[in-house]
Amino acid sequence: MNTEFEDLYQQVILDHSKRPRNFGTLEGVQIQVDGDNPSCGDEIHLQVRFGADGRVEDLRFTGQGCAISQASASMMTLKLKGKPREEARAMLDAFTQVVTASGYEAPKMLGDLRLLSGVQKFPQRVKCAMLAWRAFEQALEAPPEPGIAAAGESATHCG
Amino acid sequence: MEAFRADFPILHQEANGHPLVYFDNAATTQKPKAVLNALLHYYEHDNANVHRGLHLLSNRATEAFERARAKVASYIGAASPEEIIFTRGTTEAINLVAQAWGGAFLKPGDVILLTEMEHHSNLVPWQQAAAKTGATLKFIPLTGSGTLDMEALDGLLTPEVKLLAFTHISNFLGTVNPAQELCTRARAVGAVTLVDAAQSAGHLELDVRALGCDFLAFSGHKMCAPTGIGVLYGRAEILDKTPPWQGGGEMILSVRYESCTYKPAPARFEAGTPNIAGAVGLGAAIDYINGIGRPRIQAHDEALALRAFEGITELPGYRVLGPQSPRGGLVSFVHDSIHPHDLTSFCDQKGLALRGGHHCNQPLMKKLGFPSTSRASFYLYNTPGEVDRMLGILREADRFFA
Repeated sequence: MNTEFEDLYQQVILDHSKRPRNFGTLEGVQIQVDGDNPSCGDEIHLQVRFGADGRVEDLRFTGQGCAISQASASMMTLKLKGKPREEARAMLDAFTQVVTASGYEAPKMLGDLRLLSGVQKFPQRVKCAMLAWRAFEQALEAPPEPGIAAAGESATHCG
Repeated sequence: MEAFRADFPILHQEANGHPLVYFDNAATTQKPKAVLNALLHYYEHDNANVHRGLHLLSNRATEAFERARAKVASYIGAASPEEIIFTRGTTEAINLVAQAWGGAFLKPGDVILLTEMEHHSNLVPWQQAAAKTGATLKFIPLTGSGTLDMEALDGLLTPEVKLLAFTHISNFLGTVNPAQELCTRARAVGAVTLVDAAQSAGHLELDVRALGCDFLAFSGHKMCAPTGIGVLYGRAEILDKTPPWQGGGEMILSVRYESCTYKPAPARFEAGTPNIAGAVGLGAAIDYINGIGRPRIQAHDEALALRAFEGITELPGYRVLGPQSPRGGLVSFVHDSIHPHDLTSFCDQKGLALRGGHHCNQPLMKKLGFPSTSRASFYLYNTPGEVDRMLGILREADRFFA
């Protein structure tokens, strides 16, 4: 097997995709974001609750997609839970660099998420890794009132 | 058939460290040397603009272009080359009909009848035509096995149906539709018919007069020709009534500042300098395919599809969609726990080129409950050994991901 492929599909990633953490729905939803990649058929429904102090108090997701999108979502929820907004935003920015910028030295705070830097070698899969994160970005930007936002590809491609 | 592989230079390379297995022929086929040489020869010897030059090269280019048109006419059994319009491909051909014919003849209350298995290119142009003209879209449903529900057709084929447009072979399910029966029944209620032959033109014999269709569209690049050249066949009687589509040079008889008169078909529908080299390449592709014989290609492709269908069905975790037979030269399949994108990426790492995605059939995918599938599609240069290699790779993928 090609090592680049094995780098991408490491056991940690396969494990998260098969047994995604924080999979399910929150009670007392504050913000829900529905995101999708229409060209893949991948979708995510991300629910986030921010605390009074602005922290990401809890977040859970449902949906379906490839191993990369599911593992990225699962690992994201583990990392973001309990983080202050600013720190969560910094993680989002850092993770975006991890999957798109070659030679980027990923900060240690991203932990296992750094394993997803392997998608750089598979440009078609970047949007899979980013699906949950784009949904989270919408949640960060959502108004404080409860509601449903949408995050998705700006244009679909067809094949 | 294996001997023909030598005609396709691109096949003889490695992909990700393995011999390339190219199973994405429903998307586009590879090109034989005969076609590549025809393009080179045209540009090295004959290149000029067509239909207007009073010089040697222009005459030769015009002859080559019109010879290609005549070859296409004979390839699909058209009554004359004047029924052959060159387009960019199937998509443009269908848009031409939807906009020029549909714009002139569809009105509120009319029904455009399609099937539930249409490629987006035979759906979206009709959505646009319906929005513009006030016509309504209806769809022939599918049976559980992925064939058209012909019993539902009686209720759907009412006098309001002005057009029936359907795919000859589904690029997603592989289903072969009963084109002749559909055209006959549509004509009985006075409906015009359009056959999307993108997946059949390079694989089996086509005779538009035997089919009884009014329009038929296909792409050169799915049958050994270059990209950017395609065909719209239109029955002469209907083309004569259809107003022009795009305006410009080549399609006019005389132009004044305020108005103009148009040429008859096919020139009326070919504004601007056409893809001359593409047409020459398509002519060469037709010669190449005729040299092998379509019945032979059809038997070969269907045998590979059957081998793949049976082989994949036996693998643990996998399932093939669509009917076993009759089936065009392709199989769409899913694994019960591996996402098609992961599976298709895995195959790519083994040198196997498949398609993963929605195959431009989003409504049907949604209806069947699949986000996407993997698809293997075959052509004359593929071999049973390659199908067996795919089966081995799919088994490995099951072990890797499961």
